[in-house]
Amino acid sequence: MKMTISNLNLYYGEQQALAGVSLEIPRNRVMALIGPSGCGKSTFLRTLNRMNDLIDCVRIDGRIELDGANVYADDMDLVRLRKRVGMVFQRPNLFPMSIYENVIYGCRVHGLSDKKRLDEIVEKSLRRAALWEEVKDRLDDSAMGMSGGQQQRLCIARVLAVEPEVLLMDEPCSALDPISTMKIEELVQELKQEYTIVMVTHNMQQAARVSDYTAFFLNGKLIEHDVTDTIFTNPHDKKTEDYITGRFG
Amino acid sequence: MEQTRKEYIHELAIVQEKVAAMGDKACTGVQLAMEALLAGDTELAREVMLADDVLDEMIVDIEDSCILLIAKQQPIAHDLRVIAAGFKISTDIERIGDHAYDIAKTVQDVGVLLDNERLKWVQLLGACAVDMAAKAMRAYREHDVRLADEVRQLDKKMDAIFAHTFYALSEFVTTEAPHQKRITQLLFIARFLERIGDHAVNIAEWVIYLETAERIHKKDKA
Repeated sequence: MKMTISNLNLYYGEQQALAGVSLEIPRNRVMALIGPSGCGKSTFLRTLNRMNDLIDCVRIDGRIELDGANVYADDMDLVRLRKRVGMVFQRPNLFPMSIYENVIYGCRVHGLSDKKRLDEIVEKSLRRAALWEEVKDRLDDSAMGMSGGQQQRLCIARVLAVEPEVLLMDEPCSALDPISTMKIEELVQELKQEYTIVMVTHNMQQAARVSDYTAFFLNGKLIEHDVTDTIFTNPHDKKTEDYITGRFG
Repeated sequence: MEQTRKEYIHELAIVQEKVAAMGDKACTGVQLAMEALLAGDTELAREVMLADDVLDEMIVDIEDSCILLIAKQQPIAHDLRVIAAGFKISTDIERIGDHAYDIAKTVQDVGVLLDNERLKWVQLLGACAVDMAAKAMRAYREHDVRLADEVRQLDKKMDAIFAHTFYALSEFVTTEAPHQKRITQLLFIARFLERIGDHAVNIAEWVIYLETAERIHKKDKA
């Protein structure tokens, strides 16, 4: 297992957002997190690289391990944690800089300045993000002139540039058209050879297409998790069945 | 929470109603074909043959409904099993209808086949086939896995009756030379009835899949 979550509880002030969540995230697999809005899936995703630490009133108990090490240990280096566990958000959040500078932003933060090395990282990251052929002749152009789908793949390239081990994706296709969505889905299939991927999605067909495992959240609880084929053909819990078949949500 | 996708759920229910109605019609066809056979009633046989055209229209309608639901609604889980079972069960029902047609056609061509004493075993076979098909369709309509399993068990009884029928009719072939052609046709009818039993078992296995998601493998066959 790449990550192990045990009896995780999370509170926003008095409001409990996650209740007793235990889940194992297998290495080099794609896990989809599904559930209606407000069920806690994005909150859960953000606990995996401690993004919730940035919110004042959050209180967390339980345990999250990355390769057996406690993610919430007092001496955990958060910069290093977020390098190992990278995140792609719902909407592309590029910097108003060139394509090249966006890709290597994280590398510069980590102190890398060797031009030859940075050039290599840019090409490798853009190739992994299936974007190199589209932008290789305009690396110095502003990233803001790219299409939405290209921008999202550039965000993925930017995360890959710092060589993470786990990729967290929070509805990465929700702002994209169908063709761009398919490109991201194909990319996810490629990337799982090297990375562990956890993806929040509202698109049931996307979860069925791209993930190996699916976890269903409802009202802050993990209702059911299993291999995706089972969840989408024979879920055990009626609440899961009612949600994935669109009976509510 | 308020239920969503009401129209979709309604359309799924309609598919199931159509499959059940088609099954009832096919079962009636077998029942009437057997009555026509035993009475040598060519008019009743003709009605059974005409009814087969309706079954052919019904299966196309069911298939179209299933294809549209897949294309427009992307059914999954139990909903998908309703569609998959709808496709498979309607095919078996259609074959049952074809065999009812075959029996009726023989009656129409030949009229009275043989006296009731010689038809005894075929009559038993027919009653078993009608029973199995009707129970399989009732299991489908009532989501009754136990009844579906009973249909699978009845296949053994059907096989035993078929073996007796085959033996008895084969005896007649040698002892009653003038009736050889008719007895040969009765052997065909016996085979049609045994096949109806097989289709009923197929339906029962799809009912089990529909309700439990469990596939019955060959090695598990009753």
